[in-house]
Amino acid sequence: MVTNITSFGRSGLSDWLMQRVSAVVLALYAVFIVAYLLFNPDLDYYTWSGLFAQTWMRIFSLLAFISMAAHAWIGLWTVTTDYLKPTHLRVGAQTVIILAIFVFLVWGIQILWGA
Amino acid sequence: MSNLQVSVYRYNPETDSAPYMQEFQVDTKGRDLMVLDVLHLMKEQDSGLAYRRSCREGVCGSDGMNMNGKNGLACITPLSDVVKGGKLTLRPLPGLPVIRDMVVDMGMFYKQYERIQPYLQNETPAPAIERLQSPEDRDKLDGLYECILCACCSTSCPSFWWNPDKFVGPAGLLQSYRFLADSRDTATRERLSELEDPFSLFRCRGIMNCVAVCPKGLNPTRAIGKIREMLLADAT
Amino acid sequence: MSNLRSLTFDAIIIGGGGSGLRAALELAKSGKKTAVLSKVFPTRSHTVSAQGGITCAIASADPNDDWRWHMYDTVKGGDYIADQDAAEYMCSEGPKAVFELEHMGLPFSRFDNGRIYQRPFGGQSKNFGEGGQAARTCAAADRTGHALLHTLYQNNLKNNTTFLNEWYAVDLVKNANNDVVGCIAMCIETGEVVHVKSKATVLATGGAGRIYASTTNALINTGDGIGMALRAGFPMQDMEMWQFHPTGIYGAGTLVTEGCRGEGGYLINKDGERFMERYAPNAKDLAGRDVVARSMVMEILEGRGCGDKGDHVFLKLDHLGEEVLGKRLPGIVELSKTFAHVDPAKDPIPVVPTCHYMMGGVPTNVHGQAIMQDENGNDQIINGLFACGEAACVSVHGANRLGGNSLLDLVVFGRAAGIFIEGALNEGINYLDASESDIEFAMKRMSRWNESEGGESVPALKAELQDIMQNSFGVFREEKNMVEGVQKLAELRERVANAHLPDKSNAFNTARVEALELDNLMEVAEATAIAALERKESRGAHSRYDYPDRDDVNWLKHSLYFPATKELKKRDVNFKPKTVDTFEPKVRTY
Repeated sequence: MVTNITSFGRSGLSDWLMQRVSAVVLALYAVFIVAYLLFNPDLDYYTWSGLFAQTWMRIFSLLAFISMAAHAWIGLWTVTTDYLKPTHLRVGAQTVIILAIFVFLVWGIQILWGA
Repeated sequence: MSNLQVSVYRYNPETDSAPYMQEFQVDTKGRDLMVLDVLHLMKEQDSGLAYRRSCREGVCGSDGMNMNGKNGLACITPLSDVVKGGKLTLRPLPGLPVIRDMVVDMGMFYKQYERIQPYLQNETPAPAIERLQSPEDRDKLDGLYECILCACCSTSCPSFWWNPDKFVGPAGLLQSYRFLADSRDTATRERLSELEDPFSLFRCRGIMNCVAVCPKGLNPTRAIGKIREMLLADAT
Repeated sequence: MSNLRSLTFDAIIIGGGGSGLRAALELAKSGKKTAVLSKVFPTRSHTVSAQGGITCAIASADPNDDWRWHMYDTVKGGDYIADQDAAEYMCSEGPKAVFELEHMGLPFSRFDNGRIYQRPFGGQSKNFGEGGQAARTCAAADRTGHALLHTLYQNNLKNNTTFLNEWYAVDLVKNANNDVVGCIAMCIETGEVVHVKSKATVLATGGAGRIYASTTNALINTGDGIGMALRAGFPMQDMEMWQFHPTGIYGAGTLVTEGCRGEGGYLINKDGERFMERYAPNAKDLAGRDVVARSMVMEILEGRGCGDKGDHVFLKLDHLGEEVLGKRLPGIVELSKTFAHVDPAKDPIPVVPTCHYMMGGVPTNVHGQAIMQDENGNDQIINGLFACGEAACVSVHGANRLGGNSLLDLVVFGRAAGIFIEGALNEGINYLDASESDIEFAMKRMSRWNESEGGESVPALKAELQDIMQNSFGVFREEKNMVEGVQKLAELRERVANAHLPDKSNAFNTARVEALELDNLMEVAEATAIAALERKESRGAHSRYDYPDRDDVNWLKHSLYFPATKELKKRDVNFKPKTVDTFEPKVRTY
């Protein structure tokens, strides 16, 4: 057993599972958005914001945002542990990544649920 | 193709400050030799050329090396399989420290093998005869126990290159599953818990280089998948 | 030489093959300070190449099987110069040793009832030769040696055995009393030479098939233990007895297991005739290996060989069907595709008798203690020296080993040596330390190579040695040819003594290892040649045109070769098993 404290779920199995579940969520979300755009060729702002005013769409979008955050963290954490061998550099990069993900997540929530 | 041009990785720590490639001309007399035979012919020209070899029939796993870019066993790789454009390039197994010429330090590879506790564990008292095992249960070990520890797989695996100290690697994981799949082994839970972290097993990205190079035709990626299924079944 | 670093152990085991690892396991469990010193990583040892299986009366294929039948086969197979007390020990202790292996995890193939799969092998019978063919060879497909060696290595890991991997033992160190008190060894990776001090030194160095040009043996089988013991002045037993395996792949020399014939394959000549029916009407293709090998050579000499040159025969397997081949002989399918370019499911494999096994070696008792003779011809234990496996001559194989008996020999006598050494260490062993000059003496050979400034090259001399042995001491032997061979070897010895090691570097210098191996090949070859010339009869694997018959009056004996005088003496064969009646010598037919 290799110990680790910076991985998403502290467990390879849970990270692995989360990576796959979040990928499915993101795939569904992407398919939905693309399909929506295709079926609404004359899309205007009111229709678009109307879509996002509905609760189910807000929940779906939030789910996608959280999935994106988790997916990005697991993936980028793996990349840093593969390629960044000096500890300071790696922890630094991980800090920047986690902060960025946090900012994007909060910002996303604000856009979705804000006034 | 009587005269074969061979380019070989040379490094002697006592005399060379850096490794270099050396060119040899080898007269194969038109025969489709094994790469190991070619190495013998080269060693007759330069007795200092160092490489490992033992059984010369593909069962001991000594002469794993990188031949024209692909890992394999020199003794069972005929020239006709690897030579391109009349040229053969031989390098040591990638990713492990070179001791001399084609000889690498396999310490990290063996350490990962030892880490998976590669021996049968069964605390129940042994019977006076053998433990019984059905042919069906025994069949589950086929494709697993035949590993010869040549390291062709692990040293072709990028995940092992980046984390040889933490990722068990395809060879070790294949052996881990060899014991997990053995109906006589009772340490399943302990074995699984040792592999559950993000590195030991889960660093496998399914690249499948291991499958492509295994000289015994084994499939470590499938074994890794099976272990993951066992972990999932156990933890969910 | 006082600048040599020394390492101290209770027991040092030289060789990491089956017998060495089995002995080490016993000692590691006992907590003795033990190390295995091996010139290759243990799982690269030649045991890994064993295919067909381990013969043992575990009563799986036949619930009524009896170890005494196995013992009878072994003694008969050895043409009656196997020591019957040793054969008794091996066959009766065998089941215990095999079950232990299974408990350690060896992945044996299985019968439907869950018991270990056993297949028929050559020379096996039921009811002391009266009950027809037996199936007594326990198998893990056709990779039994691989499975066995890996299992033993794994269990040594489990028991924290110390390994000196890729270390090469150069020579034995003796004290003033002629006791063996360790060895000189070299770390191949760094070139460092050390003095290994030990109360028990076990030679588990395997065979020396590389004295022949054509052999099934690994490139590492250079008789290092035999060479060391001979240079230390100790005698070798039955060195003329070399087994030629009937089925080495023509051209490549790689082994095709006897299990092929056990599973129903058979040999054919160029007319497609199953010729073994003529030579061994009852056992046919499953007669003793010496009998089958000779029959093949007869076919070839009489013009019924296959191929353009008529110099080999065929092993036919296609009638077994792809399923049996895939299930029981998968390794053979692989090997014949690689080395003979033949798919055995469609075409027969070209095969030829090929040097395979050294029945002779360091004479030992059943505890692995090495033996020499005093002036009166009585056995005398060599203090501190042990041998097991192919390097030893216990002797259970006599003049011809039965298929599947080598793996049993390894585990039974490796284990026995381990048990005995543990007991001896518990009782306390105290030998005189080696003096500076004793160590210097053992360093002589190493220093000679390191100081060589010119001379012939090692590979060329090795090739010459192998050709001499191949031409003069093969399947059939005769006086004139052997006398010439012995002379040529004597000349060669001079040249080897002046050969040159151009590369004096330290890091992983394989040229130095090969030079040191050449000395050992030389020792083994000369012992073989002289013993073969002196044994004036045909027995087991030793067949002479000029003495075609077995001579029980003069030669129902072991031969004992003494290196100092290059003389051959005789040693009595043991005919006193403890629990069964003696098997009296009979005419050996199959």
